[in-house]
Amino acid sequence: MNLAGSAERRRRMFEQKKFTVSHAPFWHVGSSVSTRSYNIIFAALPAVLFGVFTYGIPAVGVIALSVSSAITWEIAFNKVAKRPPCIGDGNAAMIGLLLAMLLPATAPWWLVITGTFVAVIIGKQIYGGIGANPFNPVLVSLAILTLSWKNFLDFNEVLVNYDFSYPMAYPLASLKHFGVFAISNLKPAALLMGQQSGGIGAIFGLGLILGGIYLIIRGYIRWEISISFLAGVWITALLFNMADPAHYAGPVFHLVTGYTLIGAFFLATEDSSSPVNFIPMLIYGASAGVLTVLIRNIGAFADGVVFAILIANLINPLVDKIRPKALGKVI
Amino acid sequence: MIKRSFIGLIKPRMRYQAIELTPPEPRKIPAPKQVTLLLNEPYDPFGQGKSPQLKKGDPIKTGQKLALYEDSDAYVVSSATGTISALSALIGDFGRSYTAISIDVAENEEIDEQFPALVKDTSLETVKHFLTFIPGNLPDVILSPNGSSTPIETIVICGVDRDLLITANQHTVVKESSSVKRGVEILKQITGIDNIIIASPEHLMQDAGLSGAEVRVVNPVYPASLPKLIMRDLLGRVVPAGKTCEDLGVAFISVQAVASLGKAFNEGRIPVYKHFNLINKDGTSVLVSAIIGTPVRDIFAAFNIDAGEKDRIIFGGPMTGESIYSEDHPIQPDTDAVMIQDQKSLALVSDYPCINCSECIPICPAKIQVNMLVRFLEVGKYQEAADEYDLYSCIECGLCSFVCVSRIPILQYIKLAKYELGRISRAEETNV
Repeated sequence: MNLAGSAERRRRMFEQKKFTVSHAPFWHVGSSVSTRSYNIIFAALPAVLFGVFTYGIPAVGVIALSVSSAITWEIAFNKVAKRPPCIGDGNAAMIGLLLAMLLPATAPWWLVITGTFVAVIIGKQIYGGIGANPFNPVLVSLAILTLSWKNFLDFNEVLVNYDFSYPMAYPLASLKHFGVFAISNLKPAALLMGQQSGGIGAIFGLGLILGGIYLIIRGYIRWEISISFLAGVWITALLFNMADPAHYAGPVFHLVTGYTLIGAFFLATEDSSSPVNFIPMLIYGASAGVLTVLIRNIGAFADGVVFAILIANLINPLVDKIRPKALGKVI
Repeated sequence: MIKRSFIGLIKPRMRYQAIELTPPEPRKIPAPKQVTLLLNEPYDPFGQGKSPQLKKGDPIKTGQKLALYEDSDAYVVSSATGTISALSALIGDFGRSYTAISIDVAENEEIDEQFPALVKDTSLETVKHFLTFIPGNLPDVILSPNGSSTPIETIVICGVDRDLLITANQHTVVKESSSVKRGVEILKQITGIDNIIIASPEHLMQDAGLSGAEVRVVNPVYPASLPKLIMRDLLGRVVPAGKTCEDLGVAFISVQAVASLGKAFNEGRIPVYKHFNLINKDGTSVLVSAIIGTPVRDIFAAFNIDAGEKDRIIFGGPMTGESIYSEDHPIQPDTDAVMIQDQKSLALVSDYPCINCSECIPICPAKIQVNMLVRFLEVGKYQEAADEYDLYSCIECGLCSFVCVSRIPILQYIKLAKYELGRISRAEETNV
């Protein structure tokens, strides 16, 4: 504004200082999308490092290729779609890392690159990018890989050359094919400490729990989803186990094997595809947990986490309609 | 600035600044060389078919009532003695237009005789014609109680401050209780409304009690002092979405306006000094007293504040204020704070999409689904936003923008949507 006369006004227009003008509020709490992504990556590190120490250089190769190819796909899409590059938000790197954590250390290079393509382009970008994906991109990718190249994701088959002091049969496959007897010698504590076969970053339960607690305390994931997911798994497995202990494994076994823990803390909690209200979060988490055990116990697949969370993603928009009444709403 | 706690699970709780037990006197800024008064009427000297009665060079006395045309209701009261140096049009936020009247201040102050002659008669007419431009700003709705759809039955005096870091209203409660008491008596007399409530922070309950109004305590955590939350928490009445407090028969007035009203009749002259907080670049807040119309430039000069390029100057507090683009902008009757932020520490917005992180959901005092609302607002679907996602429930506290991970200017989208919908419905009404 200039409140002087017109000649004076013109003279002063050039001398006026330019101030920043914007809308309230003028404070911000200081959070950003990139800190969020990097904190999730940081929280995943204990499990990732354990996987690297267990499986060695092949695991490093899969992780590095997965992260780098996810970022590359993202920037390639940005170029093609003529959008400003968005790899700086760390979301593509996070998707790459989470996908690598689910894959076996021996996954061939083309499988990893195809996986990140499906996750970043089909799972996220074609829906409009970050925040617009209806399904968890990592799970969309893993589901397609599982259905397309089943043998490359069969842990018993691909990890056959690894020989450790503990049994290297994939626990959930043993349970599925040989029943409770086959897993009777597995100790939950040993399984929790990573003495099992499985995905690079999915075997070290303790590390995943630590990472999850970190994310909950820092407020980067919604604890309601994690807790209700675990509760859903636990209760359903317990009911099956109580009904027929000779046929169905106990709840603790289901909690510490397969993708349960990584699912609870890193996959089901993905921002865009999960609800934001309290009751919907509980329904969403619990239904994913229930479905996980249903698929494991009476379904076609050894592990049910991937499809269970994808189906829960599907009901997310519907359950999130259960919301508190807004102030002064008249209906 | 308040930063996110390391433990992000705990949501930020921002407490209002509480005034000291014995607050120091506000620092008085000497009368400036030029004052500018913003008259709430568009300046259009050629379009109206009538010529303004004010012109450049007119002598003006302190306390003189200035209206643009003979028959206009809007007026300002001069806060200084001098001559008019310029009249110009000024466009504010959301298309509001004003006439800026600049007055070169003379050395000797002369008091206009019109109001002092009427001071014996405390009538609604006197207040209406001379005292709406007093420090604190008297809202029209109190003076013309039949102007709103429901007659006003309750008056709420805000003894709390609207925004963070501000103590101007609290200072008035503590230091000017006799003026406030007189003001409450006058309000009762001229409006005939007996139900007058003063909203006060807990630590000022006793001081607020001296006013003679009924004291109710406001929670010290932001945004409890916003009118619609005062309605809900103190009066137990929820304002339906899309309605105003006035529609329910409740009018709000700041305690400073009540004190000014009392002072005007006590002293026989219209008060011109406005108290407000000056919030410096380091976040420290001091109470200042300056005459209405003082350009912020003079206030910065008095405190040796250097407003540099790209800094941000804000009228009002950090959550609900308005940023201005010139150091010439004057202190107005309702200015409760002037804030300056260094360009290095500005919180800027981005054009990133909503990532559905849910930070805005638990913090929203109106329980709006902000994550869904913003998706509609971003693409201009304002009517859908109002119908399905409670646009009109918003009380405009700004907390959603404050915590937004994507740094979306959510509050700006909300205000724009309300403004646009208001424009459309007004246009439809005039077309019928």
